[in-house]
Order: sequence, then structure tokens, then C-alpha cells
Amino acid sequence: MDFLNAIVALSNFVLIPAIAYGSQLALGALGVTLIYGILRFSNFAHGDTMAFGTMVTILATWWLQSIGVGLPFGLPTALLALPIGIAGCALLVLGTDKAVYQFYRVQKAKPVILVIVSIGVMFVLNGLVRFVIGPGDQRFADGERFIISARGFRDMTGLREGLALKTSQGITVITAVVVVVFLFWFLNRTRTGKSMRAYSDNEALALLSGINPDRVVMVTWLLVAALATIAGTLYGLDKSFKPFTYFQLLLPIFAAAIVGGLGNPIGAIAGGFVIAFSEVFITYAWKKVLGYILPENLEPVGLVQLLSTDYKFAVSFVILLIVLLFKPTGLFKGKAV
Amino acid sequence: MTGGYGRSGPDILHECTIAVEPGEIAVIVGPNGAGKSTAMKAVFGMLHLRQGSVRLKGEDISSLTPQARVAKGMGFVPQTANIFTSLTVEENLEMGAFIRTDDISKTMSQVYELFPILKDKRGQPAGELSGGQRQQVAVGRALMTEPKVLMLDEPTAGVSPIVMDELFDRIIEISRTGLSVLMVEQNARQALEIADKGYVLVQGRNAYSGSGRELLSDPKVRKSFLGG
Repeated sequence: MDFLNAIVALSNFVLIPAIAYGSQLALGALGVTLIYGILRFSNFAHGDTMAFGTMVTILATWWLQSIGVGLPFGLPTALLALPIGIAGCALLVLGTDKAVYQFYRVQKAKPVILVIVSIGVMFVLNGLVRFVIGPGDQRFADGERFIISARGFRDMTGLREGLALKTSQGITVITAVVVVVFLFWFLNRTRTGKSMRAYSDNEALALLSGINPDRVVMVTWLLVAALATIAGTLYGLDKSFKPFTYFQLLLPIFAAAIVGGLGNPIGAIAGGFVIAFSEVFITYAWKKVLGYILPENLEPVGLVQLLSTDYKFAVSFVILLIVLLFKPTGLFKGKAV
Repeated sequence: MTGGYGRSGPDILHECTIAVEPGEIAVIVGPNGAGKSTAMKAVFGMLHLRQGSVRLKGEDISSLTPQARVAKGMGFVPQTANIFTSLTVEENLEMGAFIRTDDISKTMSQVYELFPILKDKRGQPAGELSGGQRQQVAVGRALMTEPKVLMLDEPTAGVSPIVMDELFDRIIEISRTGLSVLMVEQNARQALEIADKGYVLVQGRNAYSGSGRELLSDPKVRKSFLGG
């Protein structure tokens, strides 16, 4: 038995990737939950909004790289390009709102109609992104790849197992914490943020109080554009950018938002981590970690992988089902779906 | 005022007249479906008026939206969903004063003076309060704009008799500061007792009106609406 190596292996293959993935899902789910809480519909175009924002960031990154501008300390250039990506995404969502959603909002269309409308927007964005950047994989991460490399860790500690911490993972977690702190500060401390919560809570009374709905809607879209672009860029840095992957991300993101409780920002974050950890836990081959903690003769022969990674989306849905069966409004109190 | 819901809906109010002077409490009572709440909504601009007008201090405000009327000095407390349940008490008051750009701390301390319990619970989500406390939050929220007219749609709906008496005491206190209070009430007898003016509506028309005392002692009103 070798607990130290087991813990290192567990951190390297499960905990660190799950925390990074969970942060990315949480940021995505926050965007979905904000739209649900304030604009009152489930935005199916969110995955493709993320893809669009990331695409603009990537194009800006390439441009910055071509003129030789970068960041010190081995940080990826994409961080510098992020504001451009957010601006581009903000223009897109505000434009979509003006051209599409506003029409239905004025008519006080039912949420289900807006959901279908957002599916239409999703297909358009889907095509737009592929048209501009192509359907293939794009790598845009540069700078230092590792904060701690596996070999470096082994040399440092003398353990058999290595522990790698990728720069993208470190950046993901730090950025997520900064963004979440900012978002909660904004929603709970500023006048505009409070008016958004008031609007989400009781629209009629918010109107009576003189809260301007157009402004609330605009600020919501701006926040959503920022959250989507940041989440998408972090995911792209950590893995790679491919439009189809982002479309698929919609599923775990929605699962996260619903599991946490739609419309509840804290729930979105918790949901993101619940989904990420379950996915990684269930699709990880535990042979190595078990080999370290079990007595020698009990060492597993097989991979001890509960589910192939191809089925990882099934995990989100099973969790979603279980939560909806026992807590229909999510782990934290969200709105009824 | 004559009007109904929608552009073409049937008239619910028929030449109904309601007025309240500064420092006074006017109460609208009447049987179910008489158009009490509708009359209040008409005053607040949530209803399309076909005839008649709404005047505030002599100024015709009939064409203004409810939001614009709030800015002009009307405060409205709806019967239901009249607080932001997920916001704290203090945030509810802040949102009440959303249209104000000046310092609201003085008004807020006045509201806390009027409803001391709210000061103790200022950090608590308003949805976690009791029925009576919620109504206090709702009234406090409407007071935050420092309105000239405060309109209450059944402020005592669903609260216990003791809490109701206390709410009425607070409403008297509010009117003493020079506000006009216009109120729709189910508890006709208690409401008329504190009213300077009472309006009995029947099928959208003024059936009886007079001071609260007069109506309470009017045998016809007693017989038909106050249970003898």
C-alpha cells in the first residue's frame, strides 16, 4: 500500500482535471442560469455563443501573435485577446437580442417559444462559427505549458507518480474564482445588480419600482457574453477548440445549471462541479490508484473504468435524472422548470 | 371614471368617482366583484379609461403609465406579489427608491422608525418573513419614493386580526405625516372606522359615499355590507 502515490495519482488524473473542468462548466452554467432567471428562457444557443466568443478570441490571439505581442511569465496570449473576444461576443448577443429575442419579448411570448427561437439562433451561430474558422480543431494555446510538470514533480519529491499542473488548469481555476467573486459582488452590492435580481424575482413589481427592463436585459446579455467567452476560452486553452465540442458542451452545462437549481447562481457553480466530478470519476480507469491503496494480491486486473469516456454525457444525464426525481428544483432552491 | 380591462373588454367601472385629500385616509369597500381593486388600478393607470380622468394635485395624469405615475408621486402596494421575496428587507427598500437619485438613507430610517421590526430583519430575505411583516415591507417599499398618495390594495389580506389592527395604526400614522392614503379593504367595518372618507362600490358604481362614521351608522350600508 502506498497512500502518497495514490493521492498523487488521484490528484493528477482526477482531482485537478475535474476541478478545471468543473470551473469551466460552472462559468457556462452561470450564463445559462442568468438568462433563465432574468430573461426567463433556457438558452440553447449558449454553447454556440461560447464557441463564437472563443472564435473571436482565437482570431485576436493569432493576430496578436502575428504582430509579436504576447504576455510575460509564459502566460498564453489568449488572455490578452480575451477582452476583444468578450467585446465581439457582446456585439453578437446584443445584435441577436435586437434582431430576434426582442420581438418575442415585446409580444410576451411563452418561454417555450423563446426556447425554440434560441434553438434557431443556435443553428445559425453553429453555421456562422464553422463558416469563419472551420469545423476542425484549432490550437491557440502558447506560452509555458506546465506550472508543475510530471517529471519535475517526480524529481522534486522522489515519488513514483508524477503530478502535472497545466498552465491552462491553473489559469482556469484562478480566472473562475475572480469572475465568480466579481459576479457575486456585482449582483449583491451594486444598484444595477440588485435591480437585476429584483427583476428576476418579481417583474411586475420591478417595473412599478421604476426599474428599466431594457437596461436589465442589456446588462444581462453583456454578463452572459463575458461569461460565455471566458468559459469557452478557458475550455479551449485546456483542451482544444472545435465548434462541435462546444455544441456538445451545452449538455453538461444545462445539466449543471438544472442540478444546481435554475436561476440560482450558487447552484450553477455547485452543479458545474457535481457534473464535472461525476464525469471524471466514472470515466476514469481506477486501476492505478487502486493498485496503490489495495493490498498487493487484491490488485485489480482490469482497468476498473466504470464507463468508457465515449459515454461521459450519459453521466450528466443520469445525475440530472436523479436530482430531478428527488429534488425537482435542484440542489439549491431554483425556479420550477 | 369609466373603464374595463383590455381595449374592448366590458366596462367594469361606471362613472365611479374616488378622491382623497392630503392627510386623509379614503377607503373603498364593497361586495366581491364590485370593482374595488379595479378602481384602484384605474387610478394607478393599469386600466384603460374610456371616460373620466385621474388628477394628482390638479394635474391631469390620465395618459401617464404606472411607472410615470410613481415618478409623479404615487405609491402603490399591490395585493399579491408585493415584495421581492429573494431580496433582503433592506434591498427591497432600496429597490423601492430605485427612481430616486438623491440620498435615500433618511427615508429609509423613517421607514425603520415606522416599522421597527424591519430594522431588526433588514438583512433577512423578505420571503422568510411572516405575513404581517411582509406587508410592512411592501408598504415600506412604496414609501421609499416619498409619495404624495399611497395606494394600498387590501393591505390586511391574510393577516391575523391583531396584526391587522397594528397595520391600521401604522397607516393612520402614515396619513398623519400629510400623505393621502387610498385603500381597498375587505374588512369593511375596521377600515371604515379609521377612514376619513369611505366609498361603497356596487357593480362598479358609487353606491354610497361619505365619512367613515356616516357610512358605519347608515342603516342601509350596515344592512347590506356590514352584516347588520
